Amino acid sequence: MEFFLQNLVNALQWGSFYSLIAIGYSMVYGVLLLFNFAHGDIFMVGAYIGFFVSTALLAVFGTGAFGLPTGVSLAVVLVLTLIISMLLNSIVGMLVERIGYRPLRDAPRASAAITGLMIGIILETGNLILLGPQRRLFPELIPTQTIELAGVSITNKKMLIVGVSLLLTLALHQYVRRSKWGMAMRAMAYDYVVVPLMGIPTNAVALLTFGLGSALAAAAGILYGTAYPVLDPNMGILFGWKAFVAAILGGRGSILGAGLAGFLLGFIEIFVATIFPSTMRNLIAFGIILVILTFRPHGFFGEPHSARLRL
Amino acid sequence: MKKFRWIALLLVAAFVLSACGGGGGQTIKIGINAPLTGDIPKVGEGTKFAAELWLEEIGGVINVGGKDYKVELVIEDNESKGESAAAVNTKLITQDEVLVIVGPQSSKQAVPAGAVANDLETPMISPWSTNPATTKDRPWVFRTPFLDPFQGPVVANFVSDEFGFTKAGVLYDIASDYPKGLAEYFKQAWEDIHGAGSVVAFESFTTGDTDFSAQLTKIMDAGAEFIFAPQYYNEVALIVQQAHELGFEGPIVGSDSWGSAETVNLCGEDCYGLFFSTHYAAEGATGATKEFIDKYNAKYGYVPDDVGALTWDSLNIVKTAIENCGKLTGDIKVDRKCVRDAMAAIKEFHGITGDMTFTEEGDPIKCAVIVRISEEGKFTFYKQVCP
Repeated sequence: MEFFLQNLVNALQWGSFYSLIAIGYSMVYGVLLLFNFAHGDIFMVGAYIGFFVSTALLAVFGTGAFGLPTGVSLAVVLVLTLIISMLLNSIVGMLVERIGYRPLRDAPRASAAITGLMIGIILETGNLILLGPQRRLFPELIPTQTIELAGVSITNKKMLIVGVSLLLTLALHQYVRRSKWGMAMRAMAYDYVVVPLMGIPTNAVALLTFGLGSALAAAAGILYGTAYPVLDPNMGILFGWKAFVAAILGGRGSILGAGLAGFLLGFIEIFVATIFPSTMRNLIAFGIILVILTFRPHGFFGEPHSARLRL
Repeated sequence: MKKFRWIALLLVAAFVLSACGGGGGQTIKIGINAPLTGDIPKVGEGTKFAAELWLEEIGGVINVGGKDYKVELVIEDNESKGESAAAVNTKLITQDEVLVIVGPQSSKQAVPAGAVANDLETPMISPWSTNPATTKDRPWVFRTPFLDPFQGPVVANFVSDEFGFTKAGVLYDIASDYPKGLAEYFKQAWEDIHGAGSVVAFESFTTGDTDFSAQLTKIMDAGAEFIFAPQYYNEVALIVQQAHELGFEGPIVGSDSWGSAETVNLCGEDCYGLFFSTHYAAEGATGATKEFIDKYNAKYGYVPDDVGALTWDSLNIVKTAIENCGKLTGDIKVDRKCVRDAMAAIKEFHGITGDMTFTEEGDPIKCAVIVRISEEGKFTFYKQVCP
């Protein structure tokens, strides 16, 4: 039982990252019918932005600056890092849309997909050239505290990661359901052709979609940095692929679906590794996903032909 | 637009031609095949720095048969990938026409690259690769470090003597030659001492993974008293920190891949007090080793890791072989053969990483060092183990 619970806690943390990244994939796909294959690398850029922002903030706030206790000033740094990096990374995402995808809005979808891959490579190698190949150590913003609960080790980081990712997912879900811009996004997902005729600025909606997805990716990057503090320019590739799988599994354009599927993927990966020999982890994990997709080809919350979308 | 295209084409052609030109004259070209980017860039940096320091040290010339030859280093990046390392070797041999190749460093690259060097009959010496497959049945390939069939038992014996443990857990990367090979040699050695089943958990992951919580939970659940993790520095930090977060209290023991200057930078206090087996210990070194460390530290601002020291030794072995050759004809094929034979004829070598005796396979027999990471984050000498 302890063994099971411990793995459950591990899986929750691991799934949080997939979940946040998958939402960005899913939103862009829902609104623009486009797989933004650069999204994994936007996550990487978000983590690096978080690295620089937090390093700069730590230099300003330091430990115990302005008469604040260390714990409080670290918390301030963390919150500010999250907000600033999410803003900056949403600008990166919007630039990617403006420069990379908008000129191809009417081109075949395959061209746009290739563009995504190319943008990803540009971001990776650009980082390699600008910052060099060495690993970056993400500053420790939360001193680790381990809590023993019923034989299970839970760190304060784990709770924070899972909490923040759930909070952001729900907030975004509410925003898309209740706000005017959210309605515009849903309308675009519903009918791509008619919506501009109604006077909705599609370009602005596209930018917003990319911006929101990238902001979430930045949050994922920073949370990732607090749990796995070694950053490298290629860290986004594998994450991008797996989050893409989660987005498909969640169903086209479904935010909650992508969020849930991200966690599901985390659970599958962790539990496969604990039950079966870890050498067969990816084989079995993705085998399970293939089986799920065979029975639910449109994912959990997706429906055939964009008839009704639950963005 | 059309004009612009022609200009672009001409520029490209000029660039290619200028890249192909040059060469000839009285120079000795030494190819360096190093992981400057990719998973282990610090290893590539150490290789490059040590090689450049060496070139400075010898004044840029090697004297063969009373004649001075200018030495040129051709440093190429293998991106820490096996296939790129093989491609780099092909390029160094066929395009740059190097006399001898130093590198690649890790076995993942050295095993495929060694095949290329052997097929194209160019002598190659790997400074850091400890997997037996690198030099096995390859008369043109040599190495400077000890081998994993030796290192595995060294670690197993050390842990048994030092801690008196009987239950081992192993966590390694199954997609990389070095960790996989060493994990298996360690398992064998440990079970020889403590009997079958004494390695209670033998868990793996794949290169690029960053979350090891599932494997670590499994290892802890199996009751392992310590974890052996023969991994590179970027993974060491993550494994050790995650193990501590999950509440693992036993030691985590490493191998020579831990010896990078970057290990402690990334891992921090979590790694203090841990042990690993390696080629040399920088703290408390004497003689030529200390000289090298001081020069390196003065020039680049940090204490060189084992990769730097082994690269230095490899280059000196290469230098000795070229000198012993007696005379260079200018025909690259003949000269390569001559250097290979001279290298194979070296039986004893006194390097800064210890004294080596070479076997028929081109492998050295030398001592290993157990290093403890001190409370200041320094690699301190703990014990020497000789074959």
